[in-house]
Amino acid sequence: MALLEINNLHVAIDGKEILKGLDLTVNAGEVHAIMGPNGSGKSTLAYVLAGKAGYQPTAGEVRFEGRNIFDMKPDERAAAGLFLAFQYPLEIPGVVTMTFLRTALNAQRKKRGEAELTTPEFLKRVREVAKKLGIDQEMLRRAVNVGFSGGEKKRNEILQMALLEPRLAVLDETDSGLDIDALKVVAEGVNHLRSPQRGFVVITHYQRLLNYIVPDVVHVLSRGRIVKTGGKELALELEARGYAEYREEAAA
Amino acid sequence: MAEVKVIKTAAETALAHTYAQARGRLSGDDAIAAQREAAFDLFAKEGLPHRRIEDWKYTDLRALMRDAKPLASPPDAAAKARARTAGKLIGDVEARRLVFVDGAFVPELSDTADLERGLSLRSLADALADADPVLTAHLGKLAPAGDVAVALNTALMGDGAVIHIAAGSIIERPLHLLFVASEKPAATFVRSLVVVEPRARVMLIESHEGPATGDYQVNAALELFVGDEAHVDHVKIVGEGGEALHVSTLAAAIGARARFNAFTFTAGGAVVRNQLFLRFDGEDTVASIRGATLIKGRQHADTTLVADHIARGCQSREVFKAVLDGEAHSVFQGRIIVRPGAQKTDAKMMTRALLLSDRAEADNKPELEIFADDVQCGHGATAGALDDELKFYLMARGIPEAQAEALLIQAFLGEAIEGIEHAGLREALMETVAAWLGARQ
Repeated sequence: MALLEINNLHVAIDGKEILKGLDLTVNAGEVHAIMGPNGSGKSTLAYVLAGKAGYQPTAGEVRFEGRNIFDMKPDERAAAGLFLAFQYPLEIPGVVTMTFLRTALNAQRKKRGEAELTTPEFLKRVREVAKKLGIDQEMLRRAVNVGFSGGEKKRNEILQMALLEPRLAVLDETDSGLDIDALKVVAEGVNHLRSPQRGFVVITHYQRLLNYIVPDVVHVLSRGRIVKTGGKELALELEARGYAEYREEAAA
Repeated sequence: MAEVKVIKTAAETALAHTYAQARGRLSGDDAIAAQREAAFDLFAKEGLPHRRIEDWKYTDLRALMRDAKPLASPPDAAAKARARTAGKLIGDVEARRLVFVDGAFVPELSDTADLERGLSLRSLADALADADPVLTAHLGKLAPAGDVAVALNTALMGDGAVIHIAAGSIIERPLHLLFVASEKPAATFVRSLVVVEPRARVMLIESHEGPATGDYQVNAALELFVGDEAHVDHVKIVGEGGEALHVSTLAAAIGARARFNAFTFTAGGAVVRNQLFLRFDGEDTVASIRGATLIKGRQHADTTLVADHIARGCQSREVFKAVLDGEAHSVFQGRIIVRPGAQKTDAKMMTRALLLSDRAEADNKPELEIFADDVQCGHGATAGALDDELKFYLMARGIPEAQAEALLIQAFLGEAIEGIEHAGLREALMETVAAWLGARQ
């Protein structure tokens, strides 16, 4: 069974159709990159998968390990193993990062019928993961993303992913706003989690990230549909030639 | 022109009756008796405050107070026994308890042994009975003259705490004034006086609680003198029962280079009015004035604050947060006054209300009156619902909706509660918040 199976997905936001019959299948162990020009529907796809309010399908289906995700609330999708790394991680004043991480992890474990982690167990886990990602302990004691730089926010997303160990991670323009050093740290974090049991959907505008997270499959998304699929060389092609031809193709 | 004759309400008539009956046996010397008379005259003239009085616009006591309960009789053994388990609102904070049941000091429930050096305390009833000179020097000196709620307290005050902290004394153990109401439908008028001499340090906790069902009325007032370079924390917790009417006043005068932290936590009571009248008399004092209100159902909670900067160079921070569910109604009125002599004042006030229901109402009224030209003052007020984007972010990490909301509400109130310096008390209040949120789900 595929990890993620999207068939003929149509999504309209405020009456305007953004996704127009999108098909995508991601198997465990695969890394799929979705590239496309601005406004092609990349972030909409990410939000639909995570279950943001207002991002409802008008047609089509999305199955995550065989289950219809539209029957599941955002927290249920997360507990089932779906993770979205936000393009713009939110600042949550007053909620300490450590509390947030523990609440999230234990809520997921509880929903899966697993025992909640004790404080020492949790601290050990979070320290290990933070260390690998070069995240300072001090950052974990601050309110979630408040006063964090762009790079720190993105690293915090990867920290959450590493801690929550999802079955499928969707990374929405995780490379935007990162300098090359931060990009490498983020990519290492992702590569470290690559495994035969896990899948990734890496959404990006630029090919640069894919030098570090090498995809198995590259898709071009334009005007709400996947218009081309290829191997990692497709990303290089796009980098060299731009998206112009896909804009026309989709318009035609 | 014919004089407008205001018809007295049942509550006003009953209060006049109560005073006429009690007048002969109310304690105090001639000076106190004269204060009582003058205060009652003000009430007789003005009546209960109502919505046409600007300061009471949102808390129309004349309409909200349908009757006035008789003065509480001294607590019986059963009431005292129940009061033994009171005080849970402050968690396991180790404090010196001074317990008042139905407005009367109960020595056998209180901890008056082994007083720290420099700390002296007694009951107001005792101080009135033997005309303690501390009353002549301080009582009624800070309470605003025109306030009818305070006037009623002055006219009918029966008991309370009288506390003196000698210059330079550091009182490590917090003092907990614990006011407990029993089940009887009665009114209590408690009045306390706290004099903290220069360089002394003390933390005062004032909590009010009563049975969940019990139609009682509390009018409490505390006059607080903070000497130069003293450090005083005052934390007030209103955990009254669901049918109670609670009106209370903190009137404080703060000396130079002092530290003053006040926190008002309101979770109980049917109708609550917290009044704070703070006067910055000495220069270069730093004050943090905060509050958190957490109400639901048809609860009404009003916090009215006047921070009067008289001396130069003081810094005050006011942060008041309210969370409302059901048809609850919160009011915040905050006025910062900067007098001509109060140059270099740095005063910032923020009030925020979080509405969890479409039927809740929050009224925020911040005001600045500035008569000096070299000051930094500001205020802000917001009212709104929970942020859906933040909620989605939390849910996308696997946190169920109710828990995500609870986390955001705790964070919202946390900003105010974090201002309490005592860690144990901070935790106790966050526990109360968590319990409130738990009951909501």
